[in-house]
Amino acid sequence: MHDFISFPGLLAAVTKDGIDSGATAWMLVATAMVLMMTPALGLFYAGLVRAKNALNTFMMSLGAMAVASITWGAVGYSLAFGKGNGFIGDLHFAFLRNVTNGPQAGLHIPELVFVSFQASFCIITAALISGAVVERMRFGAFLAFVPLWACLVYAPMAHWVWSSDGWLANRHVMDFAGGVPVEMASGFSALAAAVVVGARKDFGRQAVLPHNGVYALLGASLLWFGWFGFNAGSAFTTGGQAPLAFINTLLAPAATLSVWMLIDYLRGRKATAIGAATAIVVGAVGITPAAGFVSPMSAILLGALAALPAYTLIVWRPRTRLDETLDVLAAHGLAGFTGILFIGLFAQASWNLTGNGLLFGNPIQLGRQALAAGAAPVYAFAGTFVLLKLMSLVGRIRVHEADEGQGLDVSQHGEEAYTHGEGAILFRPLEPELEDAEERTPSAV
Amino acid sequence: MKLVIGIVRPEKANDVLEALYRAKVRGLSMSRIRGHGGETDSVETYRGTTVKVELADKIRFEVGVSDNFVQPTVDAIAKAAQTGEVGDGKIFVVPVEKVVRIRTGEEDTAAVTPVLER
Repeated sequence: MHDFISFPGLLAAVTKDGIDSGATAWMLVATAMVLMMTPALGLFYAGLVRAKNALNTFMMSLGAMAVASITWGAVGYSLAFGKGNGFIGDLHFAFLRNVTNGPQAGLHIPELVFVSFQASFCIITAALISGAVVERMRFGAFLAFVPLWACLVYAPMAHWVWSSDGWLANRHVMDFAGGVPVEMASGFSALAAAVVVGARKDFGRQAVLPHNGVYALLGASLLWFGWFGFNAGSAFTTGGQAPLAFINTLLAPAATLSVWMLIDYLRGRKATAIGAATAIVVGAVGITPAAGFVSPMSAILLGALAALPAYTLIVWRPRTRLDETLDVLAAHGLAGFTGILFIGLFAQASWNLTGNGLLFGNPIQLGRQALAAGAAPVYAFAGTFVLLKLMSLVGRIRVHEADEGQGLDVSQHGEEAYTHGEGAILFRPLEPELEDAEERTPSAV
Repeated sequence: MKLVIGIVRPEKANDVLEALYRAKVRGLSMSRIRGHGGETDSVETYRGTTVKVELADKIRFEVGVSDNFVQPTVDAIAKAAQTGEVGDGKIFVVPVEKVVRIRTGEEDTAAVTPVLER
């Protein structure tokens, strides 16, 4: 029916060593685009917190970039994509020992590019969890949490769906760009993190408002841009499912954004900007697992549908005692859950050349997707809950109350996002008579 | 009539507002200020520049009250703003020579007595 999607030509540019230069060029760009999503997330989150915590919030994303990258190179990649068993990979690729510049089976890009692309997924997923614990978690504790979480929660879940011997992959679960290891993993881990770390002292007692809506909008917009690399890059080529994933990444968030503004308008006669920023993320998350599997019109429907549970949870959650501060569960957990299940209904082999969903004559796919949608939240929540509980036995994972009141920028980083300069005195003023730097001796402070 | 000036920690400002409301004190102004009251200086470093920040963010409440409201106002601020650490702030009570309510021209005690809105 849709004969304009075809693979002829895909192999035309493949050289003798099995590398497709066009695909490799695109994957290098896509990787860089996804790597930009983590600072974009930092900006989005920083805008949503109070001014006194803006730097700390941004630094949690950058900190995740630091330690998750190294973890990925050391053992993360191997645990996710090594042979191993159905649950987790082995250490065959630990420290990237057996990784080559050649292609893996079925792909036409260097494995090093594949490693980098997958690293960017692990990084942003870990950074996403910070949204649940901003404004009170110790920075050092978060930096310790990220590598452990990447090995114990992210790597197994990536292995489940993307490794050829993962137990969900073997049951033909369709997860294009990470509904299981990225979206549901971060969302339900965020829920566990919020439960273990506990609510902020001001939560439910005073109004805590986003300090810069423009940051939130710019961050969400940059996330959307990066998401084209995230989803279309998950085709690992320029042909195949990449164009479908690309346009779906445009259409689904656009539908979510439209529906979100409509709900906002119906509820309060105003389309809110912070709501719009949230909607972009929700829509992009919803289409993530389905991007290369459903038709563009189905993507619009998915985007519209994904708005409903996420919007409901975001309105309801602040009325509870659960301080899952930046609603990672709603935006990622629930929207990812919606997307994974949606595949089971709307996957269309004529578009994806992989398989059909229930509505196109393959009811068993819905069961497979439901299995993933059931297993991922349980494992992510339980793994993160146990990990953080153990960490809290070893040391403090949240700041003292006085430091929370003062703000984490000063208490964790010794800086302020918005400095006044008034009353700030140079710690070691230059002595004017000593013009030459070499003549200055280090003075004790 | 007195003017009660309360200088408190920013993170206690909401607690103070609530306490004043509960004490039935109406009519106040607040402003963001920076001040120093003997608390430890914080040291901040921006690349190579290390500074000692001697002024901390504070919130300044100004409440004009009739005489029998002075003590409740002081008590409300003191109780709500206290953490026990250095840097909790100060309360000053100063005499007021004259108060005029601009809307009506009422003066002094009448001017600081809240009127119930229609």
